Amino acid sequence: MNRASPLLAIGLLAACSGRQSPLAPAGDQAETLHQLFLLALAVCGIVYLVVVAALVWSLMRRGRDEDRDGAMRGLNRGLWATGIGIVLGVTILIVGSFLADRALFATRGEDALEVRITGHQWWWRIEYRVGGTARWIETANELHLPRGRTTRVLLGSADVIHSFWVPNVAGKIDMIPGRRNVLDLTPRQSGWFRGQCGEYCGMQHAHMAFDVKVEEPAQFEAWLARQSRMARPVGDSRGMHGQAVFARTCSACHAVRGTTASGRAGPDLTHVGARRSIAAGTITMSRGALQGWIAQPQALKPGTSMPAIPLAPADADAVAHYLAGLR
Amino acid sequence: MTPDPARMDALDATWKDKPGLWGFLTTVDHKRIAARYIVTALLLMFLAGVLALDMRWQLSVAENTRMGPQLYNESFSLHGSTMLFLVSVPVMEAMALWLVPLMLGTRNMAFPRLSAFSYWLYLGGVLTLWIAHALDITPDLGWFEYPPLSGPSYSPGHRADIWAQMITFTEVAALAASVNVAATILKMRPPGMTLARMPVFLWAMLIASLMTILSMPAIMLVTSMLISDRLVSTHFFAPAAGGDVLLFQHLFWFFGHPEVYIIFIPATGFVSSIVETFSRRPLFGHNVLVLAILAIAALAFGLWVHHMFAVGLPRLGNDFYTGASMAIALPAGLQIFCWIASIWSGRVVLHTPMLWIIGFLATFVIGGLSGVMTASASLDLQLTDTYFVVAHFHYVLVGGAMFPLFGAFCYWYPKATGRLMSERWGRVAFALIVGGFNLGFFPMHVLGLMGMPRRVYTYPAEMGWEWLNQVATAGSVIAVLGGLVFVGNALASYWRGAPSGPDPWGGSTLEWACPSPPPAWNFAYTPRVSSLTPMWEDASRIAVFDGIAVDRREVLVTSVTDAVPVYRQKSASPSIWPLVAAAAVSAMFIASIFTPWAIAAGLLPIGAALTGWFWPTRARATSGPLRARS
Repeated sequence: MNRASPLLAIGLLAACSGRQSPLAPAGDQAETLHQLFLLALAVCGIVYLVVVAALVWSLMRRGRDEDRDGAMRGLNRGLWATGIGIVLGVTILIVGSFLADRALFATRGEDALEVRITGHQWWWRIEYRVGGTARWIETANELHLPRGRTTRVLLGSADVIHSFWVPNVAGKIDMIPGRRNVLDLTPRQSGWFRGQCGEYCGMQHAHMAFDVKVEEPAQFEAWLARQSRMARPVGDSRGMHGQAVFARTCSACHAVRGTTASGRAGPDLTHVGARRSIAAGTITMSRGALQGWIAQPQALKPGTSMPAIPLAPADADAVAHYLAGLR
Repeated sequence: MTPDPARMDALDATWKDKPGLWGFLTTVDHKRIAARYIVTALLLMFLAGVLALDMRWQLSVAENTRMGPQLYNESFSLHGSTMLFLVSVPVMEAMALWLVPLMLGTRNMAFPRLSAFSYWLYLGGVLTLWIAHALDITPDLGWFEYPPLSGPSYSPGHRADIWAQMITFTEVAALAASVNVAATILKMRPPGMTLARMPVFLWAMLIASLMTILSMPAIMLVTSMLISDRLVSTHFFAPAAGGDVLLFQHLFWFFGHPEVYIIFIPATGFVSSIVETFSRRPLFGHNVLVLAILAIAALAFGLWVHHMFAVGLPRLGNDFYTGASMAIALPAGLQIFCWIASIWSGRVVLHTPMLWIIGFLATFVIGGLSGVMTASASLDLQLTDTYFVVAHFHYVLVGGAMFPLFGAFCYWYPKATGRLMSERWGRVAFALIVGGFNLGFFPMHVLGLMGMPRRVYTYPAEMGWEWLNQVATAGSVIAVLGGLVFVGNALASYWRGAPSGPDPWGGSTLEWACPSPPPAWNFAYTPRVSSLTPMWEDASRIAVFDGIAVDRREVLVTSVTDAVPVYRQKSASPSIWPLVAAAAVSAMFIASIFTPWAIAAGLLPIGAALTGWFWPTRARATSGPLRARS
């Protein structure tokens, strides 16, 4: 990789600011894998340099063999040395891989906050378990994690295979219909990160992302408490109108807890206004973006299950206003 | 070995195809069939390459609108399916089909009509996929269509069926070719070519063929199960009805991983031949190379799970598959040592084929090493399904298999055409392709590490992936330009190249003993081999045998290990039946997309075609002494 090492260095620098990169670890699991990556990069880099050096030497040499038997003995020794060298290098990496694998599961025996995440074409249903009970608090497309604590994610799928990947925090694990996978996340740095579906899941695989916020435990608890509440009552007449239109046209698929809307096909929108993005990381949240999304979902995310429902301009405006107020 | 003109005339009369269309349709000449295979595969490589360029165009700008998601998903599915099933595997079999009889000093393959059947059925698969594309029923779920996404609930219509049946076509064609190659290498070697005196190229082709025979049934099984789920509502992959979606992945990769080596191992055969000839010395470590290929082939069947590390399988198994995957580094590394050692101790001549080998070594090793990284069950969780993996498999498949293939093309081109390719343009093409490839694909490692997943038709600008994608696109454009120079050079040299004579490079193996281009009958006499490098043992006086018929199609069958002459075997004459049989099988495969009854109804025409094909004739084998000629 000599020829490309400047490129790689630039890439590494660029990636360090990345909010979706295994090279900028912000959690224990990603840190373990990052160290394993650096070890593998070092071993493989050395091997590549040796191979290229040997190749160049062989080409420059042009077979000047005064002592043919001596040269052959040298080659035979070289063959053994190569074999032993490879076995050593591979052994280092296998042991490293094994230790990393153990580290990924180090928290498995401990109690942890449980979050159930279900993949849908093409969004994420996220449910937090209320400590020790069978009650779950539902949200979608935005995952909040307490810093310094272990969160246990239970992964499943409602339709096809997806893959849950927040590279700054941990490696990816597939979400498979008929199976339940478990992944422990122990973030160590606060901030916003991004996750994305890792397994091709159909037309809008590219727009199946989600936001991840790692925050201090106190902040997290406050956030979770807000999420557990019913939707806040609407204060103004435009909002009331929006709620009525929503109940009439959107509630077959979407739920807003505390109202009559209780559809389960699409994301729960009880606190949608507080989220950072719309349509699984497709567009940034704003009142205007909400209205645009309601008007033209197929233009923004072709193939999405969200239909374009013709609404009078005043109705669309009221629904967007209502949703933006659901914080 | 120069025979007298009367003998050559007699051989021509016996072996030459009829002129015109009928001869074209009925030929069983392994060289003509292999040339068709190669030309078809190269054309498809061009088409699938254009798709790749289109995708690179789309990705060069964030939020690009050049393509919508449907078109992009179709493009990568068609690109991957074509490159793997219709280009890489068939082109390697075609090289075997062309070269094996020549390297064995024999007149045709063991089953000449099966060669023809294999090509026609392959063509059926090609047409199925690409005519479907023209009709806008392009498969759109990638080159491995995991259920339940490919199941009846999530992929209505016939896109997934087209993909699954295309697999069936190519796998039957591949099985036919592989059985043929294995039988030819095992039973038709020239007297004296014991297994110990078999060139590495033949070992590579033999082992790749045996691997094909062992691995292809898994993919045929799994695509048939998928079709059953779709067509007659079985529930192999439906979890709600007790099926298991991971069964598909296990069976697919039980084929899919060996397939990578079915592509790579023939390439190691090309590399071995070219390194030997241009280092001007017998390969260093012949036995090590052969054992390494065997070891790779054996290991290849024990590491399919490394494609599935992220599905959450038991961890003890993951560690085993990590070890098995990394173990491949040992035989592969020893192979590379042997090639470099041959160059080190030889007197290297840097003609274009040898340049490709240098490009191969410098590029493939990167792919091998990134493979060692992805082989780690834990590290793979960050790498799989990202652009890192896209970079990795292009480095091993293009760097590891296509570069040797291009080298092999330049190396055997004079044998096939009787003309030399231009060295100057050959170097230009080499520089553009190798340089462009590395410029185009190295940045993808970094993109993967920056979090870019594979199979996304677009990405937000703020991800910071744009400029590396532009570098990648620029590199791909350069590589494609190089490809055009390469093809232009091959075409121009076909008509204008300098005559090459039978042995322009001073090659070591038997194919260089026959004229260039080889006549329909390849060799006038059966050569006798006494070393690994027969052409270097005073080539003007290769001992030959007479006694194989001149006035009827006949080949020599020898014993498996020691290549002792056993009997003379009638070799099949040209026939239209392979084409008819392939057409009947194609009709059944395509119709079975629409109705299960096609399988029953389709058996009748297939049975009729096979009856015609195998209509008994007298005198299949004859015996009689071989006479040594001096």
